[in-house]
Amino acid sequence: MANYEDIISKYQDLPGGIIEAYHALQREYSYIPEDAIRVAAEVFGIPTAKAWGVATFYSYFKVGKRGKNVIRICESAPCHVAGAAEVIAALEKELGIQMGDTTSDGKFTLELCECVGQCQATPVITVNSKPYGDMTPEKVSGVLAEYK
Amino acid sequence: MAEEMRIVLRNYGKIDPLKIDDYIAAGGYKSLEKARGMKQTEVIEEVKKSNLRGRGGAGFNAGMKWNFSYQVQSEEKYVVCNADEGEPGTYKDRIIMENDPQSVIEGMAICGYAIGSKKGYIYCRGEYPYVVDTLNQAIAQAKAKGVLGDFDVEVRMGGGAYVCGEESALIESIEGHRGEPRFKPPFPPVIGLWQKPTIVNNVETFANIPIIIEKGGDWYKAIGAPNYPGTKVLTLTGDVNNRTFFEVPTNTTIREVIFGLGGGVAGGKKFKAVQIGGTSGGFIPESNLDTPIDFDSMNSIGAVLGSGAVFVMDESRDIVDVVARIAKFFEHESCGKCSPCREGTKRMHEMMERLNVGEGSAEDVELLGRLGKVMSVACLCGLGQAAPAPVLTTIKNFNADYQAKFN
Repeated sequence: MANYEDIISKYQDLPGGIIEAYHALQREYSYIPEDAIRVAAEVFGIPTAKAWGVATFYSYFKVGKRGKNVIRICESAPCHVAGAAEVIAALEKELGIQMGDTTSDGKFTLELCECVGQCQATPVITVNSKPYGDMTPEKVSGVLAEYK
Repeated sequence: MAEEMRIVLRNYGKIDPLKIDDYIAAGGYKSLEKARGMKQTEVIEEVKKSNLRGRGGAGFNAGMKWNFSYQVQSEEKYVVCNADEGEPGTYKDRIIMENDPQSVIEGMAICGYAIGSKKGYIYCRGEYPYVVDTLNQAIAQAKAKGVLGDFDVEVRMGGGAYVCGEESALIESIEGHRGEPRFKPPFPPVIGLWQKPTIVNNVETFANIPIIIEKGGDWYKAIGAPNYPGTKVLTLTGDVNNRTFFEVPTNTTIREVIFGLGGGVAGGKKFKAVQIGGTSGGFIPESNLDTPIDFDSMNSIGAVLGSGAVFVMDESRDIVDVVARIAKFFEHESCGKCSPCREGTKRMHEMMERLNVGEGSAEDVELLGRLGKVMSVACLCGLGQAAPAPVLTTIKNFNADYQAKFN
């Protein structure tokens, strides 16, 4: 709890810096802890409701617990026609969880997302924002092995 | 036969993007020096004369935009680079920033001099943390070299909101708020970031600026289509052989892009449709492929150039399925500020899903047409206004795909 303030207060003097503070929190925890939102509201001198509103507006931010490694699968049209659904099925099978869930050991979270701008190699997934292109069901276990 | 012409990507593969000396050796920062030897109005005139129009999708004359901010008396003004590239199928800004970040920074500094601003922001999408690193290194090198003078540039990260590509929503986000578009007017060049005059231009627009100052507006406006001169960086996706990026003069036709540079439809299949400009673009049938890609020509066939994404679909593709997926995207990305968009994108997605699973009716298609027309005029910003385009253009151009879902 204490170090939320350490992370957030670095951006205190930056105009509009709350979004940068949220990015910093997410780099540390892979998500934004709910308590950190109250701390951010205090540091930036805004109502908690507003700090909450900012954090939940942006889909790159996740308020509340997430696994250590966040796997996002693009489902925008170019990835959709390139076979994203098969990659999704393979990821769910390999990890034994559904989209939106986290593995019981807290290592992986699966999420759908929109375009990540790597469309030269559809379908695309990202692990902790690192892109993996031209994904196939066969490639899934190899990518996951890097994070196990 | 279409050929590439690299203006924006003039340094692509020729310089190390993380070595400012490479950029300077290639003539970099000479244009900024030249601009600073000109009157501010002369710089703006040169950009106006080039007829460079915004590369983010709106196609507004960049020099005219700059002039609005120049004319406002203000102690503080801002230059913002829109690098919140979120249009599905688009990655051209990433290619530019990864390979030649200094050209964007130099373009911003020239704009800063022209309008009287000492502070720039690059708003880069959160999905590109590796690009943010490149930009920060490039800025640090430019500051260490002293080439920027008293112009400061700072990178801010977006949070994965498509709507923040809209300039007033982007400004809200830099200010630390939810990225909801503002009511306009006033427009950002007059009242923008922190209520100060603010120029928001796209990455590709800024990357064009140094060479326009170097070679002159007359040189630039002779390239490509006269009403939208210069080049456009396109990104090809979907069922096309060469899934990559190309920079072409704006008088190149869609057919030349897909069947020339793109190498045609993949797997020896037949062409069915192409959606240009990103996921909010219209779907274009075979009969319109000889249209040049420039802004006005695309508008004349009910399509857009937009971000320059070229999404090709072969004969095997189910258009209703693709459009249903796109409708889900817009429901997800609607910011919720105005009801025509918040409710409209939701209902549009519902009806498209119903049609896609074979439970829809001709009445749904008619309702979609009416809803789309209302949204395109009643929504507050470009997101909601453009969201119905894939639905409306496919009902018009690919009606057989809808009919097939009723049987």
